[in-house]
Amino acid sequence: MPLYYSTAHQLHDMLVSKEISAEEITRAVFNRIEQVEDRIRAYITLTKDQAISSARSVDKARAAGEELPPLAGIPVAVKDNMCTQGVRTTCASKILYNYIPPYNAAVLERLNEARAVIIGKTNLDEFAMGSSCENSAFFATCNPWDTDRVPGGSSGGSAAAVAVGEAVLALGSDTGGSIRQPASFCGVVGMKPTYGAVSRYGLVAYASSLDQIGPFARDVTDCAWLLNVICGHDPKDSTSAPYDTPDYTSFLKEDIKSMKIGVPREYMGEGIDPAVKEVIRKAINVYSGLGAVVEETTLPHTEYALPAYYLIAPAEASSNLARYDGVRYGYRAENAGDLADMFMQTRSEGFGAEVKRRIMLGTYALSAGYYDAYYNQALKVRTLIKADFDRAFEKFDLLLGPTSPVTAFKRGEKMDDPLQMYMVDICTLAVNLAGIPAISIPAGMADKLPVGLQLMGRPFGEGDILRAAYAFEQNTDHHCKLPE
Amino acid sequence: MAQYEAVIGLEVHVELKTNTKIFCSSSTEFGADPNHHVCPVCLGLPGVLPVVNKKVVEYAIKAGLALNCQIASFSKFDRKNYYYPDLPKNYQISQYDLPIAEHGHLEINVDGADKRIGITRVHMEEDAGKLVHQGTISTTPFSLVDYNRTGVPLIEIVSEPDMASADEAVAYLEKLKAIIQYTGVSDCKMQEGSLRCDANISVRPVGQIELGTKAELKNMNSFKALHKAITYEIERQTELVEDGAKVIQETRTWDEAGGVTLSLRSKEEAHDYRYFPDPDLPPLVIDRKWVDDIAAGLPELPDERRKRFVNAHGLPEYDAAVLTATRELADYYEECVRLFANPKLVSNWVMGDLAKMMNASGREIGDIRISPGKLAKMLQLLDKGTISGKIAKTVFEEMFNTGKDPDKVVEEKGLVQISDTGLIDKVVEEVIAANPKSAEDYRAGKEKAIGFLVGQVMKSTKGKANPGVVNKLLKEKLDQ
Repeated sequence: MPLYYSTAHQLHDMLVSKEISAEEITRAVFNRIEQVEDRIRAYITLTKDQAISSARSVDKARAAGEELPPLAGIPVAVKDNMCTQGVRTTCASKILYNYIPPYNAAVLERLNEARAVIIGKTNLDEFAMGSSCENSAFFATCNPWDTDRVPGGSSGGSAAAVAVGEAVLALGSDTGGSIRQPASFCGVVGMKPTYGAVSRYGLVAYASSLDQIGPFARDVTDCAWLLNVICGHDPKDSTSAPYDTPDYTSFLKEDIKSMKIGVPREYMGEGIDPAVKEVIRKAINVYSGLGAVVEETTLPHTEYALPAYYLIAPAEASSNLARYDGVRYGYRAENAGDLADMFMQTRSEGFGAEVKRRIMLGTYALSAGYYDAYYNQALKVRTLIKADFDRAFEKFDLLLGPTSPVTAFKRGEKMDDPLQMYMVDICTLAVNLAGIPAISIPAGMADKLPVGLQLMGRPFGEGDILRAAYAFEQNTDHHCKLPE
Repeated sequence: MAQYEAVIGLEVHVELKTNTKIFCSSSTEFGADPNHHVCPVCLGLPGVLPVVNKKVVEYAIKAGLALNCQIASFSKFDRKNYYYPDLPKNYQISQYDLPIAEHGHLEINVDGADKRIGITRVHMEEDAGKLVHQGTISTTPFSLVDYNRTGVPLIEIVSEPDMASADEAVAYLEKLKAIIQYTGVSDCKMQEGSLRCDANISVRPVGQIELGTKAELKNMNSFKALHKAITYEIERQTELVEDGAKVIQETRTWDEAGGVTLSLRSKEEAHDYRYFPDPDLPPLVIDRKWVDDIAAGLPELPDERRKRFVNAHGLPEYDAAVLTATRELADYYEECVRLFANPKLVSNWVMGDLAKMMNASGREIGDIRISPGKLAKMLQLLDKGTISGKIAKTVFEEMFNTGKDPDKVVEEKGLVQISDTGLIDKVVEEVIAANPKSAEDYRAGKEKAIGFLVGQVMKSTKGKANPGVVNKLLKEKLDQ
């Protein structure tokens, strides 16, 4: 197995036993990037010099006899909507093409403290709005399993980078499925933690009440390792939970006997590709075989998740994105007549079509006269969806279903039909509305493309999710498959 | 012709006296160089999040309690969306439907009549920055933005439309300012913008219940301006209505130089602020115990203090009202009384000579050089007869200008009162001899004539003679 395809825990063992150095690992990953980046296009910005220098400092520490924290020297990619001090943070938007933040996002501070090696900023759908990584203002990222296909979105760059060995771990953000769906399309592990478990400080906001940062990894163990680093209370984020974070690796046990798993029938019904359904059915058999009790259940308000999401997220986005006006930073339209004109031209030229679509949707939904009919109604639906989950979790430890109704689709295939594009997220949206944690793990292949299995848990039930995901992984080999 | 009455409501913004801003730890200090008190949070940079300053909530509750409001047990922050170059996020974090405090009131007294003015609500919000135009706003080739103020904590206090005249509006604002200052949550300096006032004004025929169309008046930065602007606006609207014309609902500004209100923008182009709950800030669940503790820590407020000055100090209502107008003045007066237990005499000096000199010099009570201790000492000298009332005025003036101790002023200027009858006797004889006409007049029954003679004695002793002794001796001599 080449170094760049190793997991973080394997690399850590090799580092500790002095088989390799952190610098060697970093160089191996950058060599891999040189090899495949032309085809994949996962990165907007690479920070090779910084990466080599932080790898060297890990090596120095090791030579001095310091004990290395688990992620020391491990190459990590970061979605380009998390602020990196001194390194441009574009959100894949023309409007922030030259923006260099003066501060680090909380997760970057934590990664630095853990001595992880940051190798670059990955591509995304502009401001994390999209499901295919084609809405980037710069370029589209390709799926490593089939470069004619999309890697999923919006964290497509991070998912593709991990899948193809351009990074060992990566951070993404998940507002309506933006970690899980690309993880599913790219055949890697991707997790959206409980809302409030990871600080959003420094994550450029799309929809504040839904956004959550989470890990991409090649296996569940690595996922737990990265969670250990990024989770935890942050006084700089008022929505951060004052929660005593457990050691997530302590949940990695194979024994899931008598664990109760529900399969919501809404996640296995019409609209789900039969080939995907077939993979999920096999996964259910694996769980039954391991002694888990799997039963069908219902989340009756699931069909309203999509409309509720497409009112709440754009409403918040319309407000969050108002600050990009050309006054202080980023792109500014030239030759504007007056101030109002400068605002308008800057935003007209700086934002892409999907971002504008959502800003308009949100502005409309919040406007006087429509607030009650749309935004307020969506909040009520959100409460019902949350209640569905609460009810289900009274009986079940976990809920199981596909991550995405389809496998990775062809580039350009859904670009002209936003509604069809929105449908790709129907299995993931409700989780964000409810604020609960969920993971996507490789569960098999359909037409030579990866299929993701989604496990959803109670608020702060990451442990249950990891345990079930780990048990599945230990008894299958889907996570070992690599793109050609 | 119908009689018209005005209906006035005020919206007052008060800057809270916290050390740090409402959602970050940047300093709120006034007068720093532009953009020196900023951080990623108050600049609204991409990715930042607000964290509410607990002191701001405490102060807002305190102000609410002082204004007899009910404090919400559940409150939240909302976003008010509008574009403005000095508003870094292009939305303002404010409170909309669930403000921290509601349903309060305060009492005013105009022309001897008491009136209760309702307080609709008190809510918290962040201030915006400041644009510095190169020249005038309409001709400037560019403008500079100073973000020092962004995120400075404000409370907005909205009154019920309970005022009917400029006098009442001024009385309300004065009382409001006094109450807020007493609580210590703001220094309420109008000249530094820490107290700002907008007024909603409409007129209607007396007896009509429904309100007339209102205009919102902005940009009044003193009590005088508020009074003039409201008076002007009432006249303007009354004339319009009498002429059968319509008042347009609009925002107007007070043009101090022209002494008129001018249209700023009409309400037809009013913004749709698209308020919604700020998803970055969880709702505030206010603990009853906390509110009770804050209530317990409230100082004595102006009305209570005024009543105490009347009841316990025996002061006239008028004196008590003047002395309690600001906490500093009331504290000053009370400290003087503690050291010299003659409340009315202290009140006379504070409201009389002290107020006069403060006005003339433009000084506030906080920066005068006569400490309560020094004033009390001077009053003791007066009381003991060491100095006369007339000399006291001279001594006081010197104390006010130099900050010197009264003993020292009296000593340096040789102002000790002469009560020695021997010395005065001599002068009295000289004065009678030099003014035989006046002496004759007095003896002929013109009692008034003695005043002139007393004056001559005082003049000749440079005011140092004890007037009582002079009077007595003159009468004795003339009656002989």
